[in-house]
Amino acid sequence: MTREEAFEKVNGIFRDNFDDESITVTDETTADDIEDWDSLEHINLIAAIENRFGMKFTMGEVVSMKNVGEMVDIILSRI
Amino acid sequence: MKCLEYPFDPNYILEKKKKIRRELLEVGGPFIDKKIAILGGSTTNDIRLILELFLLDQGIRPAFYESEYNRYYEDAMFPNPELEEFGPDVVYIHTTNRNITAYPAPGDDEKAVENLLLTEYEKFRKMWDRIFEVYRCPVIQNDFEMPYFRLLGNRDAVDPRGRVHFLSELNRKFFSYARDHENFHICDINYLSADFGLKDWADPFYYHMYKYALSLPAIPYLAQNVANIIKSLFGKNKKGLVLDLDNTLWGGVIGDDGVENIELGPEESTGQAYSEFQEYLKQLKTLGILLNIDSKNDPENALAGLRHPDSTLKEEDFIEIMANWEPKDQNFRKIARELNLLPESLVFIDDNPAERHIVREQIKGVRAPEIGGIQDYIRVIDRSGFFEVTALSGDDLKRSEMYAENAKRRAFEESFSDYREYLVSLKMKAVIGAFEPLYMARIAQLTNKSNQFNLTTKRYTQAEIEEAAKDPERVTLYGKLEDRFGDNGVVSVVIGHFSGGILKIELWLMSCRVLKRDMEFAMMDALASECLKRGIREIRGYYYPTPKNGMVRDFYAIMGFEKISGDDKGNTEWTFDLTKPYEKKNTVIETADR
Repeated sequence: MTREEAFEKVNGIFRDNFDDESITVTDETTADDIEDWDSLEHINLIAAIENRFGMKFTMGEVVSMKNVGEMVDIILSRI
Repeated sequence: MKCLEYPFDPNYILEKKKKIRRELLEVGGPFIDKKIAILGGSTTNDIRLILELFLLDQGIRPAFYESEYNRYYEDAMFPNPELEEFGPDVVYIHTTNRNITAYPAPGDDEKAVENLLLTEYEKFRKMWDRIFEVYRCPVIQNDFEMPYFRLLGNRDAVDPRGRVHFLSELNRKFFSYARDHENFHICDINYLSADFGLKDWADPFYYHMYKYALSLPAIPYLAQNVANIIKSLFGKNKKGLVLDLDNTLWGGVIGDDGVENIELGPEESTGQAYSEFQEYLKQLKTLGILLNIDSKNDPENALAGLRHPDSTLKEEDFIEIMANWEPKDQNFRKIARELNLLPESLVFIDDNPAERHIVREQIKGVRAPEIGGIQDYIRVIDRSGFFEVTALSGDDLKRSEMYAENAKRRAFEESFSDYREYLVSLKMKAVIGAFEPLYMARIAQLTNKSNQFNLTTKRYTQAEIEEAAKDPERVTLYGKLEDRFGDNGVVSVVIGHFSGGILKIELWLMSCRVLKRDMEFAMMDALASECLKRGIREIRGYYYPTPKNGMVRDFYAIMGFEKISGDDKGNTEWTFDLTKPYEKKNTVIETADR
């Protein structure tokens, strides 16, 4: 899977989760950029990504990932 | 909504929850509004969000009070103006084994363990008692799921110091409290977690990351289960099944294969599976679930199948048997009409996806579950929670009998040319009186599930019914009706509030199982007599139209009321003058006033 393909898939998950078709995530997107992205929504995003990509994050990663770019790097390193 | 029907995809629900919610609010309704307090011993955020979806899907629009993280005990035990102001209709206590204060230690003796058990239990019991005292509403309480690990291995279940043993004993105490308190309901997460898979249910990742005591994918199953209890409390259980025959109750097509070749009975594996399904249905019937048949078959073939020596279900186990070549949705509607039930209170069971699709598309709100193969039928019907039992009244157990009696009445009716003569020959006896403790549960149940013969469609909790019974400014009446064919139980309820010599009717309803039996006239007579005793000189009636109660639009006119006002929404107000001599309206039912 290319980085672009992974981004597209992650973007779809974000749009579903926030029910907002206008969302476009980039490497630099963080929780500050999306209004409803709080810690409780974070777990939903993590669970959805794990489910759709068939991989698992470690607890350390969930806490430390800084932006969507890092998230996608972890995904790509694991599938 | 299809995506919320069992078997559902929990991840889909979690990922699309916002969209699902939006759609439910757009297309759903009419809704009843209920206030649900969630008191959690761990994070409840997604439980609330997903519970809302399942409730909306059942026609219940919830408003929520949600305790702060792990504040369930403090919220319930101490004065809580916010929760008191909220006034919950239901309190749901989401606790799990993460909330156990102290487990036995390896050095404890039996006495010490017994003390620990009692301490833990008493903490909960006092909390429940206080909720009943202050909030006076039904309580839903999780039992405990089994522990994530077993220090003593298999002995954990046996030894008093084992956690499996400890939690099982605590659960038994919870169940015993539930048996003694009819407004207390267990949400059996011990069963749910076993069904889901305990190691996935209790995945510690979710607790350590977000303090969820169960994994995210397990939440839809928990939410569905809680929603089922709530919808049952508010009278939204299904009442019966409409079943196909070929490849549903037996294997094969009886018209083609012949009765001797259908798969049913212990001789081979498929036949065994169908027998097991029939036995399951027979047990549902003993709970008062109405069984009916909707099959594309010649009637004689349908009956031949039911007379098969290995058929557990016999002809007399069914209320309506429709075997013909009409479209299934039309038969389905006919069955509902014959039973005086709304179509959506019946569930359609058919192995053929095309037939399920037609029924689902043609009749709004009817559930036709994706039942899979014969080995899945029982699980899908069971897990759907159509018939969630929150109270098992004598009435429920007798329901099938009552509908069978109705079928006899219809046959009897045909032997009379004069309807009044028929009514007289039924030898009806009614008991009408003020609400009595024995019937509070049934009365509350009726106010929540009667839709058609219901003038104001006001819903009451049991606590509110008990309140009304005690109120000196209220007149309350229940009516029981029996006749030569059997006892119909409590079938009619009236509540009125009076001041200044005028009684305003807040609720008047009657079960459709006694339509056209003049029971409404007997109720009117009793109401008039109660009013006269209290010096009331005028009765005001109100009709508020809903999509379902068109049959009583002219009810007050028929009762001799005069219309005094109406608005463009169809709401009407009526008056009855009690200063004139009152003439009894019922002439066919013998009444005993209580």
